[in-house]
Amino acid sequence: MNKKYLLAPAALAAALGLALSGCASGGDAAPGELQIDVPDVPQLDALGDTEDEVNILAWSGFVEPAWTDQFTADTGCAVNRKIFATSDEAVQLMRTGEYDLVSASGDASLRLIVDGNVQPLNTELIPNFSDDIVEGMKGQLYDTLNGNVYGIPIGRGANILQYNGDEVTEEPTSWDVVWEADSPYAGKIAAYDSPIYIADAAIYLMATQPELGIENPYALDEEQLAAATELLKQQNGMVSEYWNPATNITSFTGGNSVVGTSWEVLRKATGDEKFKSVLPEEGSTGWSDAWMLAADAQHPNCAYAWMDYTSSPEVNGQIAMNFGMAPANGAFCETSDEAREHCDYYNATNEEYFEKVWFWTTPIDQCLDGRTDVQCTNYQDWTNAWATVKG
Amino acid sequence: MNTQTVLERRPKPLSTALYRHPKGRLASLLTLPMTWLVGVYILSLALLLITAFWTTDPFTSRVKPGFTLENFQQLFSVPAYFATAMRTLGIALAVTVICAVFSVPLAVFMVKIAGPRLRALLAVLVTLPLWAGYLVKIIAMRLVWTENGFFNWSLSPVGVEGPGFGVVAVILTLVYLWFPYMAIPVYAAVSQIPANLFDASSDLGASGFRTIRTVVAPLLLPSLIAGSVFTFSLSLGDYIAAMYVGGSTQMIGSIIAQNINLNPPLAAAFSVVPIVLVVIYLAAVRRTGALNNL
Repeated sequence: MNKKYLLAPAALAAALGLALSGCASGGDAAPGELQIDVPDVPQLDALGDTEDEVNILAWSGFVEPAWTDQFTADTGCAVNRKIFATSDEAVQLMRTGEYDLVSASGDASLRLIVDGNVQPLNTELIPNFSDDIVEGMKGQLYDTLNGNVYGIPIGRGANILQYNGDEVTEEPTSWDVVWEADSPYAGKIAAYDSPIYIADAAIYLMATQPELGIENPYALDEEQLAAATELLKQQNGMVSEYWNPATNITSFTGGNSVVGTSWEVLRKATGDEKFKSVLPEEGSTGWSDAWMLAADAQHPNCAYAWMDYTSSPEVNGQIAMNFGMAPANGAFCETSDEAREHCDYYNATNEEYFEKVWFWTTPIDQCLDGRTDVQCTNYQDWTNAWATVKG
Repeated sequence: MNTQTVLERRPKPLSTALYRHPKGRLASLLTLPMTWLVGVYILSLALLLITAFWTTDPFTSRVKPGFTLENFQQLFSVPAYFATAMRTLGIALAVTVICAVFSVPLAVFMVKIAGPRLRALLAVLVTLPLWAGYLVKIIAMRLVWTENGFFNWSLSPVGVEGPGFGVVAVILTLVYLWFPYMAIPVYAAVSQIPANLFDASSDLGASGFRTIRTVVAPLLLPSLIAGSVFTFSLSLGDYIAAMYVGGSTQMIGSIIAQNINLNPPLAAAFSVVPIVLVVIYLAAVRRTGALNNL
């Protein structure tokens, strides 16, 4: 086994440990833990009567009549849904103050917390937020800050390496097939079209260039960002297409791409068994979504009711199956054969699998890996760097 | 009873008031279009341009009022941005030239050679793309240019390979999207050229080529320029084509779309680039007098 590859899980475990220890100490940060200045927003102490509606900002597939109708019947809260397409759009919409809840991904949540757009949550008011929530989804750095819980987990997934089994006959075990200049698949490589894809380059550099000292792909100082950008520029010449969810599927089925990053849900949507997926030895990026409550929510009681309702094994499982991701509530996996199959497929309770996954996190000036002797690059720096990659 | 007198006696306060107050008449005519033009269009454009001088909080992406030229400076100092602007300009010019080169012979054929039925059929074919939605057309073009797509499927047996996703595919896709905007004015111009001009030119000893160069071309120039305003400006602002058939191609619109949520001031500064290019183009075109006929 490659020694370098052990670095990623070790660092992740360390980061997790830090976050979890902060969680356990109940608000008082442990010494040395990452502390970020955030506006002081009070949390709700007790629930009142439910209002008559709740306004939810959600990823497509998270809020559907199949389970909202029951919620409305149970609580009297009508559900108003607004779909967003990107995390950046979600952040902008949340700041209008018109929404109570958002299904935020890790790359949005830090921004929302630090800008004071969302409030800390009182988990005692959410009974379904219990031990059944899978270990890896509790106390993550991006939704638990300074000892406060800001997000109720919904589900997670890894950004896998997808390949066309007809063209790539030997299962790739490393990301080198998409990064190295001598890749036999040059010109047929699909890359994700977002600045956050820089983290994928950083993960490969963690394994191949340890002298750069990257400990966390979302905590890059200027030198490390430059190295990642350099790697991306080298890849640019070999990329068949920078994909987004609308173009990924036809990029593979159309034959333009034979290997590259993808999501399980998109791989399945190709509807062809020859498209396979693997989590390479270096690990990968991934995403993890959580409900977050607006700081000045107009309907907090309905919102709390919604967070509790969707954290139950049944409803959480329905969302996960509908969207194609690993559910947050592990108890769902025991409810039926179909559920077990779904959980196995998405590695829902396989923490060993997700230990290799670096969930999307907003890069900020303060180094998320705990370094204090250097300033890290923020997401704006990443966005600018991304434009130079695609130059 | 005489209806005429009844009509005359009926009081018409509104018409009378408008008749007596010419300014009120003018206001009632112009209020609606002017509200639209100034309130909705120019005001929002001005607000956008002001944003280009503002700054963004690097962490929260919140826009903060202020004054900085840094956003404009970046357009020139970052090589990737400048290269993208130049590439977009090149694509827009290529699309315009190709549309023009295609539309002249087509228009000449439709007007001078084709019979009425064929002419009607061609007119329908040229305008057919306008019937479908923009995204539908783009996705259709994506399927045409994929490796296993229509182009390669139909032409690879005779040894012709498609260009694949990239700048060439973007140009061809934009030509497909904007061709009707060039073809229709050119067709109208050709059909207005009187046949006896050709006879006169021929009687005076001009060859066919010379007739085209000295008689037809000057008469077509205004319509070509009118069409080019559409093909050129629409191509400059497009980013969906780059997203769907561009492969790794980036255009000005791609950068604006990437920054619109994260760094609105930079996006605003970038949106000035196509505006400036179009203004320069219109100023150059105006000197030819072609815009007088629009």
